[in-house]
Amino acid sequence: LMSVADCPGSSSAQAGRAAACQGCPNQRLCAAGAAAPDPAEADELRERLSGVKHTVVVLSGKGGVGKSTFSALLAHGLAADEAKQVALLDIDICGPSIPKMMGLEGEQVHQSGSGWSPVYVEENLGVMSVGFLLSSPDDAVIWRGPKKNGLIKQFLRDVDWGEVDYLIVDTPPGTSDEHLSIVQYLSAVHIDGAVIITTPQEVSLQDVRKEINFCHKVKLPIIGVVENMSGFICPKCKNESQIFPPTTGGAEKMCQNLNVPLLGKVPLDPQIGKSCDKGQCFLSEAPESPATSSYRNIIQRIQEYCDQHHFQEEKII
Amino acid sequence: FLSFLPERSNLTGVRHILLVLSGKGGVGKSTISTELALSLRHSGKKVGILDVDLCGPSIPRMFRVQDNAVHQCNSGWVPVFVDQDKSISLMSIGFLLEKPDDAVVWRGPKKNALIKQFVADVAWGDLDFLIVDTPPGTSDEHISTVEALRPYKLHGVILVTTPQAVSVGDVRRELTFCKKMGLHILGIVENMSGFVCPHCSECTNIFSKGGGEELAKHAGVPFLGCVPLDPQLSQSLEEGRDFIQEFPKSSAFPALACIAQRILDSMSQQSS
Repeated sequence: LMSVADCPGSSSAQAGRAAACQGCPNQRLCAAGAAAPDPAEADELRERLSGVKHTVVVLSGKGGVGKSTFSALLAHGLAADEAKQVALLDIDICGPSIPKMMGLEGEQVHQSGSGWSPVYVEENLGVMSVGFLLSSPDDAVIWRGPKKNGLIKQFLRDVDWGEVDYLIVDTPPGTSDEHLSIVQYLSAVHIDGAVIITTPQEVSLQDVRKEINFCHKVKLPIIGVVENMSGFICPKCKNESQIFPPTTGGAEKMCQNLNVPLLGKVPLDPQIGKSCDKGQCFLSEAPESPATSSYRNIIQRIQEYCDQHHFQEEKII
Repeated sequence: FLSFLPERSNLTGVRHILLVLSGKGGVGKSTISTELALSLRHSGKKVGILDVDLCGPSIPRMFRVQDNAVHQCNSGWVPVFVDQDKSISLMSIGFLLEKPDDAVVWRGPKKNALIKQFVADVAWGDLDFLIVDTPPGTSDEHISTVEALRPYKLHGVILVTTPQAVSVGDVRRELTFCKKMGLHILGIVENMSGFVCPHCSECTNIFSKGGGEELAKHAGVPFLGCVPLDPQLSQSLEEGRDFIQEFPKSSAFPALACIAQRILDSMSQQSS
């Protein structure tokens, strides 16, 4: 009987060297330190991302809870202040939803002397996704982990992000290559924290608890949890239904138990899906929706968190 | 990596293998896998579910066996039976974790190794159907699972989507994956397709409507049906109850029963 928990983690000092590593197919890779960031690479990334003031990573253990939807709205919300420069990086290599949600389907990436240009949806809101590198909506990116990691590194190293107030990173579900890589590569700079998305039911929460553990394991601060799809109010009779029932107390109970902040709850609204499909910003399309005020409150809390935890940049001379 | 097949393997007794895929997360792959297994069980079939979602294993809880452990026998790992009848058996990484909240933070190669073991080393015995539930995407788990299943009777793929374009967009890519891997598509399920308010019966298309059906038409694959959002279904999954047995009058039941019937029909078509 194997004990999965004995794996020391591919980025730990014990990687490849612990007793549990014997016989693991990853052992040589881990022991050679291949999983650890190369110092020269780290310098390169630090240089490239030196203009980024705040980084927020949007995570969930669970798929389909609204990470991309939230990332897109967070980006729009922060970019509403025209004085701020916002960047949205989509590292979901297999299922890149961001281009569609931002109304940028069909756009391509252009190269300049200083690297890849993000695709700009507003003057102060730039986006990067593998979606822009695919020529057809039917193209599948059938890549194993190492190749995905390579592209993520390129996104950070080769994109000319410029001066950015907020870099938002949208991730695929899970706790695997993409997540390890983004934490590793961004360790060269600084991640303000993670926003974790869930829906109320236990089937989601059980995955989200793992994600919270992942954050602890890799020392990624947690800004807080967002409970999405939290109730539905029938447009006709105005009664509320719990389509995804919080049978174990929802995100509220989980946050209490694990001592992480609950940033807010967002109800279901059919307009959200419609806006995403049309590539429009839901907050502008449905300003009166209760979901809009929930999102806006949450975005504000994230902004406050970033401003309070303003990191003193250490210039290594 | 040398792989040779002994004459009798752990999958020799499995009559049909079904793969449940989606490009998109959270559309209901595990839900459909679970309800399909329950429906097939009610038609008298012996069913196994192999859950290859290593980061987010949902299957154990959906059968209320999340606290069970896996035991070894001479031929390998004994799957977890959900009840005395032994008509549904499961394998998932969920059973191997010391603590349920432990994160499985593995890169591709380690995931691939476990998937190979899951395919080769579970002593399923005789099964009418083995349903393989997958995580979203087109990456390590999917490539490894398909490669490991190549020598066996992979009957086909069920693709699950929700109606909206963002979901369909990912499932289109999954269709390409299936084509490239030479997989037969049994059909597309459009899940979370409409919500009927239990108070006033007004139907709201919370996640839009029709995208799955359109995709099936566009891609020339069978459309297996629309499954509506159903709080009783969500509740059953939360509590690990048998929705097919307990809620035959519920709104999702007809669609789920129909999908199971179509799968059974496709089996008899194949053998005739």
